[in-house]
Amino acid sequence: MASKLGLIIKREYLAKVRNRSFIVMTILSPLLMVGMVVLIAYLAKINDDETRVVSVLNESAFFQSEFSPSKNISYVHLDDLTLEQAKDSTNSLEYYGLLYIPQGATVEEVSNASYLFTKDNPNTSVTKELEDIFQNQLRQDRLQKLGVTSKQFSSVEKPFEINLSTFDGEKSVRGINEIKAIIGGGFGYAIMMFIIIYGGFVMRSVIEEKTSRIIEVIISSVKPFQLMLGKIIGNSLAGITQFTIWIISASLLMLVAVMIFGIDLTALSSDNGVTPGPMGMSQLGTMDDKMMMYAKEIYDIPWGLLIGSFFIYFILGYLIYSSIYAAIGAAVDNETDTQQFIFPIILPLMLAIYVGFFSVFSNPHGPIAIGFSLFPLTSPIVMLMRLPGGIGEGGVPLWQFLLSVFLLMVTFLGIVSLAAKIYRTGILMYGKKPTYKELIKWLRY
Amino acid sequence: MDHILVAKNVTKTYGDYTALSNISLQIPENCIYGLLGPNGAGKTSFIRIINQITHQDSGEILLNGEPLAPKHIASIGYLPEERGLYKSMKVGEQVLYLAQLKGLSKNEAKTRLKYWFDRLNIGDWWDKKIQELSKGMAQKIQFIVTVLHEPKLLIFDEPFSGFDPINANIIKDEILQLKEKGTSIIFSTHRMESVEELCEYIALIHKSEKILDGKLSDIKKAYKNNIFNVGVQMEKDAEAFMRSLEQKFNILSSEIDALENQIHFKVQLPSSHTGDILAELSKVSNINRFEETIPSANDIFIQTVNNKDNGK
Repeated sequence: MASKLGLIIKREYLAKVRNRSFIVMTILSPLLMVGMVVLIAYLAKINDDETRVVSVLNESAFFQSEFSPSKNISYVHLDDLTLEQAKDSTNSLEYYGLLYIPQGATVEEVSNASYLFTKDNPNTSVTKELEDIFQNQLRQDRLQKLGVTSKQFSSVEKPFEINLSTFDGEKSVRGINEIKAIIGGGFGYAIMMFIIIYGGFVMRSVIEEKTSRIIEVIISSVKPFQLMLGKIIGNSLAGITQFTIWIISASLLMLVAVMIFGIDLTALSSDNGVTPGPMGMSQLGTMDDKMMMYAKEIYDIPWGLLIGSFFIYFILGYLIYSSIYAAIGAAVDNETDTQQFIFPIILPLMLAIYVGFFSVFSNPHGPIAIGFSLFPLTSPIVMLMRLPGGIGEGGVPLWQFLLSVFLLMVTFLGIVSLAAKIYRTGILMYGKKPTYKELIKWLRY
Repeated sequence: MDHILVAKNVTKTYGDYTALSNISLQIPENCIYGLLGPNGAGKTSFIRIINQITHQDSGEILLNGEPLAPKHIASIGYLPEERGLYKSMKVGEQVLYLAQLKGLSKNEAKTRLKYWFDRLNIGDWWDKKIQELSKGMAQKIQFIVTVLHEPKLLIFDEPFSGFDPINANIIKDEILQLKEKGTSIIFSTHRMESVEELCEYIALIHKSEKILDGKLSDIKKAYKNNIFNVGVQMEKDAEAFMRSLEQKFNILSSEIDALENQIHFKVQLPSSHTGDILAELSKVSNINRFEETIPSANDIFIQTVNNKDNGK
């Protein structure tokens, strides 16, 4: 019996990895992925490189040295021109805009009368930068009136960050929850992708056996359950092969790309806003200290536990979903009929990812996070997002972890046996477009 | 007589639908047993139970006297009606895979395959993919897959569908050969021509019930109804003679050739005794033809099914 299962696994594996489109995808995907990253990085770089030129016509006694070139804007100071002349020359030189600061007695008065002339609606980053300069000057001016010197002012303006610590007295750093959730989320996301891609493989393989009518020949030799299991295992081994090739070749390609194009990937990650990366913040404080703390936090993530539970959740989660996929494949005659059944499967997966990213990020141990990390169809993804905080104090309570694994196992046994029943009946049914009602009937055969 | 397969009161339902109700059959060893019946009668359900693809709800099936068990899979060969092969797999690999699933070792399977490929003249197909073969060619491969592990019991469900007449003949000869070698064969079909040629025993299944079974020759004897086809040559007055015959015998149909003075008619006698009518005929005419009509399997099939339907 075991050797038959081995034969089936071997055949399914070979049939998959020898498939031409599988080979093409295996080779092409890392190229596409790395190409995309390189392209995005390149485009971001171009975008950053664009510096706008703003001409300044300053008739006042203030703002003499405030407009110094920045990353976004460089300034051209115009002297001894009328406003009309300044507008004309700004226009003819194709500068981005003209900042007009009229004469006035106070900073207050001058600021209120200033104008920015542009061809179209001005870019928000430009107006923001200009406004900041005015704001700063105004604040300084107002404080001076209250008797604060500019030296005192600059010492007051020093940015502040609250010090964070756990009750154990360990110092913690800002954003570490998010970083942990991202690491866990990465594992969860990998599980979701794997389920969707390779679950689909299992389903198509079942449909192929049905449409080629070989199924009855095979199940007169082996049990339908053996065939289903062999299919799921064979296809997932093919999937693991592909995933491994992808990860290795993508990392190699990325390395090559970084060396050739000199792309600063850390800049990319801190720019996109979603990830409050350590770089952006550590500039404010003492860089080395903060970096050390982040490194320590990441080092402190219970990697053994995380990887161990990744395998538990991955295997159980994948088996649950792929047996549902197999049952769907058995129930239909061709792939176009699968849509109505696929959506309900994808739904909990998507939900897990979104709920994970929105609620686990902000509160890894809140009620929503707990609920979804216990519910078996979402727990493989959501629990992995919570786990980088460890198990026990400060992390996931042990009972939640155990309960989640227990529920997942029970569901696994339940779903696999239900799926096997649908599979067993479905593979011998031809020409019927099944309804949910029909499927429930099959469970009783 | 030894029986390879005995079914006792086998019943199978799918929800509200009854596929088999109380079927009992004895299939003798080393014969070709025809399992007949209209589409949807329950033949395939019964065969699937024998192959342990599904299980009966009640009743018992004995193979060689033992209750059916998973180990018997290796001693049964099954060619399903809905059959096919992996389209993108090479012929050789595919047949080896299927043979190994039936429990043959790889080497054993290779040797036997060589024999069969030579025998059916398809040695050069080994590295071809199924999608490159014609339907008839694929059917030959399937036949080999079915018989390769030398099962004691072979089950063919509509084996000749998809074959052209020449290949159908080749396969028919192979089936007869296998029977000569001692294999028992169940042959499920609704095509009666092949039944006459091949089957020694038949069972007729209709609407999930067995309505007839036994040795084909016995059934035919039981179904003959003393109808005779007669042709006579008269000197004269064919019509008058015919009228006189109609008064004495149950003439089913008649045809008079007035020009040649010949009569052809079909008569049903009260018993198998033929002396009276022969005496009557020989008085005035020469008898050209006098033969009993033996019902064909097809007639029996249609008659039994109709009787059953009308009887209810």
